[in-house]
Amino acid sequence: MENKANTKAYFLQGNEACVEAAIVAGCRFFAGYPITPATEIAEHMSVRLPLVGGIFLQMEDELAAIGAVMGASWSGKKAMTATSGPGFSLMQETIGWAFMTETPCVVVDVQRVGPGTGQATKCAQGDVMQARWGTHGDYAAISLCPNSVQEIFELTIRAFNLAEKYRTPVTLLTDETIAHLREQIVIPSLESIEIINRKKPKAGEQAFFGLENVAPMPSVGEGFNVAVTASTHDEYGVRFTADPLVHRRMVEAINNKIRKNIDAIVEVESYNVDDCKVGIVAYGVTSRAIYEAVEEAENRGVKVGYVRLKTLWPFPEKPVQKLAETAEKIIVPEMNLGQIVNEVKRACSTEVVSLNKIGGGELITPEEILAKILGGK
Amino acid sequence: MAEAFSARKYMRENLKYPFCPGCGLFSLSDTFLRAVYELGHRDFSKFCFISGIGCSSWIPSPYYLADSIHTLHGRSIPVATSIKLLHPSLNVVVFGGDGDIVGIGLSHFIHAARRNTDILVIMGNNMIYGMTGGQVAPTTPFQTKTTTSPYGSFEHPLDATKLAASAGAAYSARWTTAHLGELKESIKEALQMEGFRFIEVVTHCPTAYGRRAGFKDIGEMLKWFRESAVPVEQTEKMSEAELEKKIVIGEYVQRKRPTLVETVYAILKEVRKNA
Repeated sequence: MENKANTKAYFLQGNEACVEAAIVAGCRFFAGYPITPATEIAEHMSVRLPLVGGIFLQMEDELAAIGAVMGASWSGKKAMTATSGPGFSLMQETIGWAFMTETPCVVVDVQRVGPGTGQATKCAQGDVMQARWGTHGDYAAISLCPNSVQEIFELTIRAFNLAEKYRTPVTLLTDETIAHLREQIVIPSLESIEIINRKKPKAGEQAFFGLENVAPMPSVGEGFNVAVTASTHDEYGVRFTADPLVHRRMVEAINNKIRKNIDAIVEVESYNVDDCKVGIVAYGVTSRAIYEAVEEAENRGVKVGYVRLKTLWPFPEKPVQKLAETAEKIIVPEMNLGQIVNEVKRACSTEVVSLNKIGGGELITPEEILAKILGGK
Repeated sequence: MAEAFSARKYMRENLKYPFCPGCGLFSLSDTFLRAVYELGHRDFSKFCFISGIGCSSWIPSPYYLADSIHTLHGRSIPVATSIKLLHPSLNVVVFGGDGDIVGIGLSHFIHAARRNTDILVIMGNNMIYGMTGGQVAPTTPFQTKTTTSPYGSFEHPLDATKLAASAGAAYSARWTTAHLGELKESIKEALQMEGFRFIEVVTHCPTAYGRRAGFKDIGEMLKWFRESAVPVEQTEKMSEAELEKKIVIGEYVQRKRPTLVETVYAILKEVRKNA
């Protein structure tokens, strides 16, 4: 993108926009493994990264891909991988390693139909809970969920910024449809884009882990003699695998650094939340259908408000609760058998109605949402 | 330069190795440090250590006063790969056990040899899953009794050193903890080479292996290593049956092939020139 800095509009595929945004964000390392429908990200990265002095590696499997991303992050680089559900599952152990070692990285999961190999070329939203709870133990995940090519660009940059700021893995949860969609996107001048880089330690500093206000992160080769481990460790990286206090202190810190900043992390698009009879909570490709449904409902005299989730994790409780204050029922359309709907139910006591569709990549239509708004079963 | 060797100078203060009394990994670590010392390194500022999960992985992490990354079980080599590519001037050294490197992590091992990734992998082969208490491993000799092969193992062990050589390693050698002099020279040689270098160190594990396999003490295990060791040069004339009971030692391969660092940076240079 650097060579296109002064122009504004492009016609890009979602996966391509993701690559261009990553490069703008400062990503200089990518390791991946081919998988439908995420492969274009690797292909485009293999072309683009060498042009900006970055390194692209195609590894032997997803375990190696995410492993190489960890090494790159500890080498001081912003690093990314991209995959789909099956590969995301394979990466989960290392994603847990990244939470525990506070290793910033971006993992793009272009969702397809599962479980298992499912339907590789078809759209779904079944990885929402995997993005939150895919690895074992206690951690606070950040996942962003764009609904257009433009937003893939914006949220990819944001994913890097959040990863760097909070020293944590961040998942960008796209889906087969917006990943393969081609749309016009407008890219602002590079100077106007906020880029966050990780906090580096000063000479002599030794505490690199488990601080609620996010510890500075050295790179290997800088003389800090940093010891990195995903076993329970103290602020200095020394293992204490039998000490409950050290474990509680460090795991609470890596959770609190996210939990205490939920308001800063969460982003939603809200409409008419103060004055509606029916509410909608939607995200990703499915949320593209709500606009027409809302307009049509309004034409028929039904006031509808919505909260579109750009951040899935941490879950945007407050905006949903605000919607629930006025909405008599909330509709949650998703291309799974009900994942985010349970978070909505947990956040409020309003009646919550699921609208689900799975298989074949068939999207939820505005008509189907309208029918729910108007009271259909 | 007259400064005498002291392992302590390479170690973090106030930490003690967690290995069982008599563990062969004490010898392996000491021999590695001596090799580093003899090459003139007085600290680890030119090194980065990567390890996985298992007893051998604790050799560097966090005990060496160095950058050390303790990764997941089997995943040290991919992490080491990107670190070396992004820090070509560092000596990137992987320590791991047999389960870590050629059990769960075998695919990465083969591909790193194929790519000729510029890292040194030192594998402490105790022929058992030691940290979990002594289960049969892909390296356990045929018919050995372990906690999960109570009637004797019914599988044949993997020859990791031969595999590395055939997969493309620049250097591949095997020694035992009864051959520490040769091991030290081998480490020195490997540290001065480029490309994928692999050293397997057959290691005595008196607690998890020796005890169940019927060795009275460490001396008996070392005697076994000494007496069954055959230099690789002599194996050509030996039958498979003869070799089954032997530990082949020596350098299987030592060669120059284009390395991953060389080929990646050549492409980067070319692409940017044309851009």
